[in-house]
Amino acid sequence: MTPSAYDQWLALYEASAKRDAAFATMSGVDLDPVYGPADGEFPGLFPYTRGVHASMYRSRLWTMRMFAGFGTAIDTNLRFKEIIAAGGQGLSTAFDMPTLLGLDSDDPMALGEVGRCGVAIDSLSDMRDLFADIDLATITTSMTINSPAAVMLALFVAQAEEKGVAREQLGGTLQNDILKEYQAQKEFVFPPRPSMRLVRDTIAFTAAEMPKWNSISVSGYHIREAGSTAAEELAFTLANGFAYVELAQQAGLDVDEVAPRLSFFFNAHIDFFEEIAKYRAARRLWATWMKEHYGATNELSWKLRFHTQTAGVSLTAQQPEVNVARTAIEALAGVLGGTQSLHTNSMDEALALPSEKAARIALRTQQVIAYETNVVNVADPLGGSWFVEELTDEMARQAEAIFAEIEAMGEGSMLEGCIRGIEENWFQGRIAESAYNLERSFNRGTRVVVGVNDFTEGNDDADLEILRITNADERKQVGRLNDVRRDRDESKVLLALEELTRDALDPEVNLMPALINASRAYVTVGEMMGAMEKVFGRHVEVPTL
Amino acid sequence: MTVRVLVAKVGLDGHDRGIKVVARLLRDARMEVVYTGLFQTPETVAIAAIQEDVDVVGLSMLSGAHLTLAPLVVEALRARGSDIPVVVGGIVPNNDLDDMRAAGVAAVFGPGASADEMVAAINQVVSQSRA
Repeated sequence: MTPSAYDQWLALYEASAKRDAAFATMSGVDLDPVYGPADGEFPGLFPYTRGVHASMYRSRLWTMRMFAGFGTAIDTNLRFKEIIAAGGQGLSTAFDMPTLLGLDSDDPMALGEVGRCGVAIDSLSDMRDLFADIDLATITTSMTINSPAAVMLALFVAQAEEKGVAREQLGGTLQNDILKEYQAQKEFVFPPRPSMRLVRDTIAFTAAEMPKWNSISVSGYHIREAGSTAAEELAFTLANGFAYVELAQQAGLDVDEVAPRLSFFFNAHIDFFEEIAKYRAARRLWATWMKEHYGATNELSWKLRFHTQTAGVSLTAQQPEVNVARTAIEALAGVLGGTQSLHTNSMDEALALPSEKAARIALRTQQVIAYETNVVNVADPLGGSWFVEELTDEMARQAEAIFAEIEAMGEGSMLEGCIRGIEENWFQGRIAESAYNLERSFNRGTRVVVGVNDFTEGNDDADLEILRITNADERKQVGRLNDVRRDRDESKVLLALEELTRDALDPEVNLMPALINASRAYVTVGEMMGAMEKVFGRHVEVPTL
Repeated sequence: MTVRVLVAKVGLDGHDRGIKVVARLLRDARMEVVYTGLFQTPETVAIAAIQEDVDVVGLSMLSGAHLTLAPLVVEALRARGSDIPVVVGGIVPNNDLDDMRAAGVAAVFGPGASADEMVAAINQVVSQSRA
């Protein structure tokens, strides 16, 4: 006789280590780790609607991972150390726009953008300074980069190697989700197919050499920020995840080699219960599709683990202090939805990059949720609510309908459906339509945004102190780049670029070894990307309105 | 007379939610809207604005590069003998408003600006420049 769901859960729960904390209410009521009928769904059990771990936050709180990056690598390294000192447990690197598009800081198109929205990384020298004095064997690192993701991974591996940290010890995540770039964020360089080849190469490389590394963070965040609905965010993201699984399968990898290395990244928007339902549906859908459509047999392949970031678009420039309240509510949705890591936005982000104080308040918001509210004591506390269960089912139904459309576009293949949907502006059009509809509801006043279309008293209060980034950082970074170009051995650079071009021409070859060699030779990001662009070409989006 | 607007993304910033929504809101207000896509330079914007014979150029900027790029668009237009006014929408801190005006930017729409405000301000900018 198979043990009941409850007994299966209990065995898993008892086998998990627990944090040293009292799992009781403030007034001393002892709490069970989870509530519900013995034959119902349980966390840690397929299809994981209620959470991927049996003990959830009783074993380990989510990782408070704060996204940071600005100026030069030296500036960002200082911010990283502050984050670690303030209790942050993971780093998350924001790159500037030239880096995100694979351009060097002295490229004419980079003018005005160097170090502004993130850190400027041009070569191994910058990567080394970025992680100076940070123990890469214990602190996990997330790098939010897509088009040049393979290049950034190569630089990261090369600098860790210099420090004597072996590849298999490196823990972290590369965003590396190029599909959503074409769909939503629009930081693309090469056309979709050669871009997907680079994704394939990073999947294969990390599967073989970096067992603690998540090869892709499949990201709904940007899809939502670009204006999609919650169900579109859910469906497009999971469909992209399916596409990467199919890509890896085409490269000869088994679904159980790749799926456990995919992590997810969702938005936490302001509609509290809809967001919680979205996370619950995401876990259920992923588990079901991995098992039933893709034949995954490893439980790790079924478990959707995700990072959450509160919604940048929900923040207002008016009365920015109110954003602390918005962010707290959104963060709570992420936690009640069972997130594995969380970034809380700073109150000043509708105006500029966060000031140090605003970033600290954002981290403190997570700490209040984690250590004061006691919401971490019980897994999936809203499970069993008629409302939340129905909303979860509705999110799943809407997502399944969208999966069917994408699969039809790809004539049975999610990979082909995602690429065709991009080429035909299907995703882009749907997202723009949803964004427009939402904006109209704000303009008509049918949806209230406090401080924007209602409750505006206080909008004329004095401005917040915001972080100012001057073009001085740009000149400093260009100076650093010139030093690298002056000090390196040009003959090694040429050889490395020849190797890279040769490998790029053969689609069967994995490009990671050539990129790592080029990194060691101080070939710049722009030079590596330029060499590949000569082979792969450049993507131009034909805009539609 | 129908107002013709070129909306443009200059530089590397790919955030196009705002520009697409604004383009449709301006069309709803019966303006003619041209959008040339991502990753434009000040020069390509100026050339397109003159070729399309628009009444106003609207730049959408999120990344903080507005103080660098918006003045270059104004200069690129003036260097070609055009007096087409330039307006900017996006993440522009209040502290930068004086510098933007000094650089010849005719109007700035910050986060939360309503469709009605934008339409009214664009109509005003256009009628001043036609006068």
